[in-house]
Amino acid sequence: MTFNFKIVGSIGILFCLLLGSGSLRAQGLLDQLEEETKKDEPKREPVMATFKGTRLINGHSVEMPAKGELLFIISHRFGKLSSGLYELIGLDQATIRWGFEYSPTNWLNIGVGRSTYMKTYDGFIKAKVLKQSKGKKPIPLSMVLLAGASIHSLKWQDKSRENYFTSRMDYYFQIMMARKFTERFSLQIMPSMVHKNLVAKANESNDVFSLGIGGRYKVSNRIAIMAEYHWLVPGQRLPTVNGLQPRSPLAIGVDIETGGHVFQIQLTNAQAMFEKGYIAETTGNFFKGDIHLGFNITRTFSFRKFEPKKPKKIRG
Amino acid sequence: MPQIINNINTLKNNIMKKSVVLIAFTVMSAISVMAQTNTYFTRTGHVSFFSKMPIENIEAHNRQVSCMFDISTGEFAYKVLIKSFEFEKALMQEHFNENYLHSEKYPKAVFEGKVVNLKAVNFAKDGVYDVEVEGVMEIHGVKKSIKEKGKIEVKAGKITTKAVFFVALKDYNIKNDKLENIAENIQVTVDVVMEPYQR
Repeated sequence: MTFNFKIVGSIGILFCLLLGSGSLRAQGLLDQLEEETKKDEPKREPVMATFKGTRLINGHSVEMPAKGELLFIISHRFGKLSSGLYELIGLDQATIRWGFEYSPTNWLNIGVGRSTYMKTYDGFIKAKVLKQSKGKKPIPLSMVLLAGASIHSLKWQDKSRENYFTSRMDYYFQIMMARKFTERFSLQIMPSMVHKNLVAKANESNDVFSLGIGGRYKVSNRIAIMAEYHWLVPGQRLPTVNGLQPRSPLAIGVDIETGGHVFQIQLTNAQAMFEKGYIAETTGNFFKGDIHLGFNITRTFSFRKFEPKKPKKIRG
Repeated sequence: MPQIINNINTLKNNIMKKSVVLIAFTVMSAISVMAQTNTYFTRTGHVSFFSKMPIENIEAHNRQVSCMFDISTGEFAYKVLIKSFEFEKALMQEHFNENYLHSEKYPKAVFEGKVVNLKAVNFAKDGVYDVEVEGVMEIHGVKKSIKEKGKIEVKAGKITTKAVFFVALKDYNIKNDKLENIAENIQVTVDVVMEPYQR
């Protein structure tokens, strides 16, 4: 009897198998394909383009050129709107900075620049620590560390005094944390520290601490509205600039993107376009018309060899 | 004596059981083999596209295209993940995903259809066969019925589908930007090698 039962059981199983394969047939080929390739889809996907450019306005953004890409950036600030008609609301004056940024790997970026502001050379390293990602194991924000130094090359004002080369140098450090909340809206928070080797008076601090916040809102595929503010933390003995007290730099702007270019047009009370300059040496009062019209233009050049991913070995 | 008979009976019983299991296995594997050989599959197919313009040509490759093809019915399905297209410049890739194909919203393109003249292909014999396919292409969330010519190559147990055709951006509601240099009609090349599908 057991024997018969086994046969019946086996036939039953066979029947079920046949039915099973039958129902599989009825299922669409596309559904079957979806089923088979579901596990191939990436578990974690980086979020693209938190910002359009490597700069918010004055300061850096969490964006960096891709591996093997060189970026040329030229920035320009006119004089103050408040300087009157004699200077044609600042258009007669200009300060510029131009520089190159290159990424040897996807997480590291190095850059150099030269500014007319105090004839300054600057250099920096940007390192990506976290990249905002979504999927099964999401990362909620991007984090990038920035460290840099600048050297001004003005002639010494007082040659009779002993002048040290290190007195020309300043350093800056920044932690950038950004999140792309929606397709249109991204926000960045960036605490910074600027260290000035030489300050005007003995009772002034060499370190300047600020807390920055910046954001963008995309109004179309190619146009975004930008804002950036670095709040100089109160209670510091801020180093004076030509006898003036530094002010927190504020900037508002528009990003326009076409192909390999990003154009940024802005209004800001900061004149310098590197960290020591705009964070620690902005003296203009935005709300009294000490506003500089300016623009940044970036162009990307690609030096990487185009090698599409080699085919993976078929599993199974 | 009865013990020996008993033993023999147990032995018989065991052999019977085993043979039933064996038969069941043979039948099952036969069925699954039959099911297998009809369907071909890959997850590493190659689809590329090319935009030819005087100022700048744009080319992108996707080597993670999956495809299933049933040679008994001529039905096929292709799946292309938009984000897997690789460009020469990272910015092109970003713009392609962000401004043109909106891959966050429409992560994949699919093409489902069948070979119209399946009889023209002898899957048992190595060779290159001209075929005509028709089906529904879905790109950028827009479905469109299309009919294209292609080739099927049968070689050493593998099946390769090849085709070159043009996709008009406006057919799939992909907005072309005059500021950028992108052709209205994009040349698409399909080169997908499939092997027998094993579940």
